[in-house]
Amino acid sequence: MKKEIGLFLVFLFSVNLNADWLDVNMPLGVTDISVKVFGIHMLMFWIMVAIGAVVFGVLFYAMWRYRRSNHKNAAQFEENHKLEIAWTIVPTILLVLMALPASSLLKEMYDHEAEEGGIDIQVIGWQWKWQYKYLDERVGSKPLSFFSNLTTPQEQYEFNQATKTENYLLEVDEELVVPINTPIRFLITSNDVIHSWYMSDFAVKQDAIPGFINVAKTTINKPGIYRGNCTELCGERHAYMPIVVRAVTEEEYQNWLQDHRETAAQLAFLTEREWSQDELFAQGKEVYQTRCAACHQVNGQGIPGFYPALAGSDVVMNDKFKQIEILMEGIRGSQMQSFAEQLNEVEMAAVITFTKLSWDNNKMGSSEIVIPKDIVDYKNVDT
Amino acid sequence: MSAVIEKHDHHHGPQKGVLRWLFTTNHKDIGTLYLWFSFLMFLTGGAMAMGIRAELFEPGLQLMDPIRYNQLVTMHGLIMIFGGVMPAFVGLANWLIPMQVGAPDMALPRMNNLSFWLLPAAFTILLSTAFMEGGMPGFGWTFYAPLSTNYPNIAYFVFAIHIMGISSIMGSINVIVTIMNMRAPGMTLMKMPLFVWSWLITAYLLIAVMPVLAGAVTMLLMDAYFGTSFFDAAGGGDPVLFQHIFWFFGHPEVYIMILPAFGITSHIISTFSRKPLFGHSSMVYAMVSIAVLSFVVWAHHMFTVGMPLAAELFFMWATMVIAIPTGVKVFNWVATIFKGSITYETPMLFAIAFVVLFTIGGFSGLMLAITPADFQYHDTYFVVAHFHYVLVPGAVFSIMAAVYYWLPKWTGNMYDEKMGKLHFWLSFIGVNVTFFPQHFVGLAGMPRRYADYALQFAEWNAVSSVGAFLFGLSQLLFLYIVVKAVFAGKKATAQVWDGARGLEWTVDSPAPYHTFEIPPKVKG
Repeated sequence: MKKEIGLFLVFLFSVNLNADWLDVNMPLGVTDISVKVFGIHMLMFWIMVAIGAVVFGVLFYAMWRYRRSNHKNAAQFEENHKLEIAWTIVPTILLVLMALPASSLLKEMYDHEAEEGGIDIQVIGWQWKWQYKYLDERVGSKPLSFFSNLTTPQEQYEFNQATKTENYLLEVDEELVVPINTPIRFLITSNDVIHSWYMSDFAVKQDAIPGFINVAKTTINKPGIYRGNCTELCGERHAYMPIVVRAVTEEEYQNWLQDHRETAAQLAFLTEREWSQDELFAQGKEVYQTRCAACHQVNGQGIPGFYPALAGSDVVMNDKFKQIEILMEGIRGSQMQSFAEQLNEVEMAAVITFTKLSWDNNKMGSSEIVIPKDIVDYKNVDT
Repeated sequence: MSAVIEKHDHHHGPQKGVLRWLFTTNHKDIGTLYLWFSFLMFLTGGAMAMGIRAELFEPGLQLMDPIRYNQLVTMHGLIMIFGGVMPAFVGLANWLIPMQVGAPDMALPRMNNLSFWLLPAAFTILLSTAFMEGGMPGFGWTFYAPLSTNYPNIAYFVFAIHIMGISSIMGSINVIVTIMNMRAPGMTLMKMPLFVWSWLITAYLLIAVMPVLAGAVTMLLMDAYFGTSFFDAAGGGDPVLFQHIFWFFGHPEVYIMILPAFGITSHIISTFSRKPLFGHSSMVYAMVSIAVLSFVVWAHHMFTVGMPLAAELFFMWATMVIAIPTGVKVFNWVATIFKGSITYETPMLFAIAFVVLFTIGGFSGLMLAITPADFQYHDTYFVVAHFHYVLVPGAVFSIMAAVYYWLPKWTGNMYDEKMGKLHFWLSFIGVNVTFFPQHFVGLAGMPRRYADYALQFAEWNAVSSVGAFLFGLSQLLFLYIVVKAVFAGKKATAQVWDGARGLEWTVDSPAPYHTFEIPPKVKG
């Protein structure tokens, strides 16, 4: 019998000691603030446990002691002013004791002033991706900026067609790279609906609201990769716009900035060069799958009532200028956003070419393709 | 007195057939209609919740796309709040307030009929969007602009909310007028039963905030169809304004869904402890304080929208103050049990579970009030766990407790006690298995309203789903028990429960179609 119990316990522990089962509390985080927030969370937790133990202790004792079979005649008392004053005053004192440290911590979190040597990063929420702009770093005349898109392939989340990998739904094509031990101000806003930028490890959660800029300041103490989510319902792909932050040393940060500037310079060259239809189609397919398929679907059919089909669309088949315009400007009042900042000239031309040549669009309409120079021309006429 | 009633019944009792229910002005019939309607909505909203939990059973999209998922989340919230909990309390108010204050009926019986029949109309409109292109609303029950303004079929949603609001306001007027004018001689305000008190306060809250909700949805409608920009930043509007307006309605709304539960619990705990409530007047003052405070705490739902520090501090402190009157209520219930002579029939089990689990919801509420920590909790499953603890084993358990408690008075038959207890234990276990693990995944960082989630949350989500199915399916047992008691069962006495106090226990079981034609005298 003892042996069976022993085996059973081993079984229980082998189930329970799986790390995910124990993932039941707030992370300590990697900033001074997040550690303090964790502290106040645990303080609150233990106070609640203590109050609960007293209140439920008395309740359960009374329930057992004064059950009818044990206590035939109920006492008939009402009101006791001393007791009532006590159970009003004691909680009041406890509440003040909780609220005071909370207030001072909140004041500390509300220090939004820029600091010497700090950096400012603008965070912009889009349906359904994040854009990061390094306001202190320039590429040409503009701030260094990029979009961060989910890279988990559709086969992993739709009907479990593929095995889910470790960072399922928490992986992006381009991470936000920041230096450690540097005060970073996140200036958070949105391009469309309200999103919320949530990084548990920094104890930062700020809503990204169109027309507003919210500030959150943080100083990361430890290098590492940190993952977060959007926490304000922003439409159907709300769960598919993760945040990935890579915190690195100052030196690595400078190298990363340098690489980024060089990549940007190469882009100009790519726009000038000749592109074959096959090359454009191949790159366009890739762009379409990460940026367009979520709404317009892989088969180009869209979702009736929400997203128009591109397969058999008159604009896609026959009106190349209209299609460039929609991609560049978006459609106001709909969820079709402007891709002018999100795609470079090559990607833009490639994805248009892809839609024109896919789903038999080329058989039904003109099979004319769009080259990067068309996009450059559009931009020049426009400005 | 019963002789008088029988004679009266003879003249005009209930009509026969469906017309009785369509044209009835009888508070008992209308109460019954409200209760059955709310049960139907409870099952509908519950089926949606089970759809949600089935999808969340494991990571990935198995059963539905995220559009459908968001629609279920939204409709589950709207149906449970406006179709489940609120009409259930109005149904109880209709049945009980006239009997508890010794009045023959509600003050405005025709309006009473209208306020009920508006509800099926409103929900038909709301649910009809399921069959339209673009589908049901999918922007969350909080319908934050500008997500909602760009949604298809929003006009149906707005119109439905307007109708529900009109229904609620009319119901509230009826409650207030009845209580203020039709109490039996000798029943002063402070002598009123606590359920009546809780509804008097609730009715004032409804009249205060329903027009605010109507304003919010109207502004939304204008933004969506008439080119205004109340909430559109691009046109000079303010998306945060929407949230302030919404939560100015939304927080009192939360108390609208819990105050009647306080009244019910007080009656039941006193009855089965065979002891008067420890502090009748302190309970009244506590409810009034909670109601007043509910108007100055709304922005604790919005700690992360970027309010100035002073506002954050104000709303944190104001929210924490609510813990004091709430504590008074819980201590009162415990003191009522103390030195009683307690039996544990089904209503008492539900009432005690209410006290314990509602208090747990209160604890997490207090944690959420701490603004710095709320930056971590906000919009995660910790919040979902919190408000389900106060709404399911809170409001819903109190409604079930009330049904078991007063069912013998309504039907004249005792329900099946064994089955009732089984229903309680299945519900109790189901609720805790469903919602307790949600505290864990929330603290670990899982955001709410997610159709799909990262792998580290998988284990506890699976547990939560199993609990949800247990809880959901157990409610069919509730249906069975109630239907059985309507048609058969041990005959109930007028007193029903030996410890029960109040005027409703002085009339026969089942309560005659017309009660208190001649007002009873309430002794000083």
